[in-house]
Amino acid sequence: MDFSTLFLIIIGSIFINNFVIHRFLGLCPYIGVSKNMDSAFGMGMAVIFVMTMASTITWLIYTFFLNKATSIFGLDLTFLRTIAFILSIAVLVQFVEMVIKKTAPELYKALGIYLPLITTNCAVLGVSLLNINENYNFIESIVNGAAAGVGFTLVLVLMAGIRERLEYSKVPKSMKGMPISFIIAGCMALAFLGFSGMKF
Amino acid sequence: MKAIQEFTKGIIKENPVFVMALGLCPTLAVSTSVQNAIGMGAAATFVLLCSNIFISLIKNFIPSKVRIPCYILVIASFVTIVDMVMEAYVPPLHKSLGIFIPLIVVNCIILGRAEAFASKNGVFRSMLDGLGMGLGFMLAIIIIASIREILGVGTILDIRILPASYKPMIVAILPPGAFITIGLLMGLLNIFQNKKKSKA
Repeated sequence: MDFSTLFLIIIGSIFINNFVIHRFLGLCPYIGVSKNMDSAFGMGMAVIFVMTMASTITWLIYTFFLNKATSIFGLDLTFLRTIAFILSIAVLVQFVEMVIKKTAPELYKALGIYLPLITTNCAVLGVSLLNINENYNFIESIVNGAAAGVGFTLVLVLMAGIRERLEYSKVPKSMKGMPISFIIAGCMALAFLGFSGMKF
Repeated sequence: MKAIQEFTKGIIKENPVFVMALGLCPTLAVSTSVQNAIGMGAAATFVLLCSNIFISLIKNFIPSKVRIPCYILVIASFVTIVDMVMEAYVPPLHKSLGIFIPLIVVNCIILGRAEAFASKNGVFRSMLDGLGMGLGFMLAIIIIASIREILGVGTILDIRILPASYKPMIVAILPPGAFITIGLLMGLLNIFQNKKKSKA
């Protein structure tokens, strides 16, 4: 196991190729849920959890069922990738919701309302597809999934913090709400561009 | 509502991107060049049209409890078709759109129209609605992409618009440019709407 590769994946997914700011995945919750810190943090935690699980499951499905070279059936089913991934993510989210509801009602209260939203969050399907495209192995996929979730949470919480302050500032009438959020996101993206100078 | 209005409402009055803020991820991600924008718009329009027709045909056979997974399955099938066709006939475009083709599955516009329109209306109206919404989406990406490509490269579809002495503003085709462009466009749209309201 090579720790330096894992470290590079973590730094890369959190800062350099940040899912929201750089890859434009998961923008709907980024603009929609980022109105206060608490809900942003809750959503972030739910996304980290689901992304890690989804990376694990979709990697296993791809390797053992779809990819011809490693499949247990010996069939080339890679064209079913999109359908298989979205179905397994939907099932996974539903399953996680049921398990949390039974075993940890406290946690369910905190995360419950965000879980159904996550199925159609493109970041989750995106991370599963990227893991396959980048030829990550099992451990790398899991690490990449978790790091992508952390990166998502980071910018979501930052954005929520800025928007809470924005409530008290004078914004031109026509820029209120969504437009100003996009401008802030643009400034944040400019700041994050600084990380892309870090070449390993 | 007249049938023709079902078609035209998606293009301006209920434009999925600017008015309803749906499908933001692909809009921002692929609007780096007009060519990409046309490709993405066409792919999404095709999926939207086919899934709307298909879902309005089978709406009476789907039990309402499992309707969302059924819709996702239908959409994912059409996305797979588009993915394979594009890979076979326009490989460069397929490569530059990357994971955003499979991600059409989780584009909220398509699931949103299936749930809000096709599951309640007849085939003909659903077809018009799908086509209108698809074209509205395409129009929105093309507008954003033209602004970004003109500022960032000085060309549209490889035809030079600004003189060669123009020093391209690279930031426009980088991620921050996307956020700021859409923010300003939405603000502009709000100004027009506020004026209309104050007149009425």
